Amino acid sequence: MSEPVITGRSYLTVLIMLLFFTLLTYEAAFIDLGRWNTPVAIAIAICKASLVILYFMHVRYSSWLTWVVIAGGLFWLGIMLTLTLTDYVTRVPVGGF
Amino acid sequence: MAESETVLEHHFRDLQQQREVSELGMWIFLMTEVLLFGVLFTSYTVFRHSYPAGFAAGSRDMETTIGAVNTAVLLISSFFIALSVYGAQTGGRKKLLWGLAIGALLGVVFMILKGVEYYDHYQHREVPGILFDYAKPNAHGVEIFFYLYFVMTGIHAIHLTIGICIVVVILVAAYRGRYSPLYHNPVEIVGLYWHFVDIVWIFLFPLLYLIDLKR
Repeated sequence: MSEPVITGRSYLTVLIMLLFFTLLTYEAAFIDLGRWNTPVAIAIAICKASLVILYFMHVRYSSWLTWVVIAGGLFWLGIMLTLTLTDYVTRVPVGGF
Repeated sequence: MAESETVLEHHFRDLQQQREVSELGMWIFLMTEVLLFGVLFTSYTVFRHSYPAGFAAGSRDMETTIGAVNTAVLLISSFFIALSVYGAQTGGRKKLLWGLAIGALLGVVFMILKGVEYYDHYQHREVPGILFDYAKPNAHGVEIFFYLYFVMTGIHAIHLTIGICIVVVILVAAYRGRYSPLYHNPVEIVGLYWHFVDIVWIFLFPLLYLIDLKR
């Protein structure tokens, strides 16, 4: 049985960082960053999700098999979003859609 | 040791392999959840690209404060669930039981706040298909935004409800002493499921609540 490598104190540190990022994304939403508001919000969300995955879900200390499965899922999501967007962002608007 | 003989299933080489297999199983399931929520986020992306003004207008009608509070509620619940796993790993019965209990309780708090939001939207006639009456410009885009809002947060809420029920089941089993540092796979994998539901909300919050709020 593996030893617990993430202590309760570490979890608390991660939580404080997560709450800080939440406050950050909330405040950043009210600042006019032009077209960068959404990318900044997504970037902060990715940071938060990474903290949850690596520490709360202890993936940082998980087997390579777990890493491969996660990478596979994220890779699929990347294909889904990218290929779908190549369609929609290259469309010439002809009224409505 | 007698306990390891009873908790180790015959088809596993050792306890570590048994633990890794159950963890792998949950991760593969979570990847199918990525399929489910992934297509919803893709739909969101496509429709927001097509109706940017409508999505911005709809987002401005959201209760951003409730959304932010709910985000904090779920993050804190994930902390307590992670703490319960740590308690199971170290034989800390108090951390195990209280972590699960407070985690589930915060999940219920989230659902209550969500219910308040849903009711608010109904009062403002912003529920497509049931009661939608939007007289301002971009009504079509706003309707699509709210449709996606209810579908995405609704499916998320269903997942959270299932999670709360499972955490309660695990809590009862933990109370009855079913788990130990040697065997606590159910606690670990339920924790994985809970954190995943939290991650979905981490992305839902900015995409639904924070689209265009510049002062």
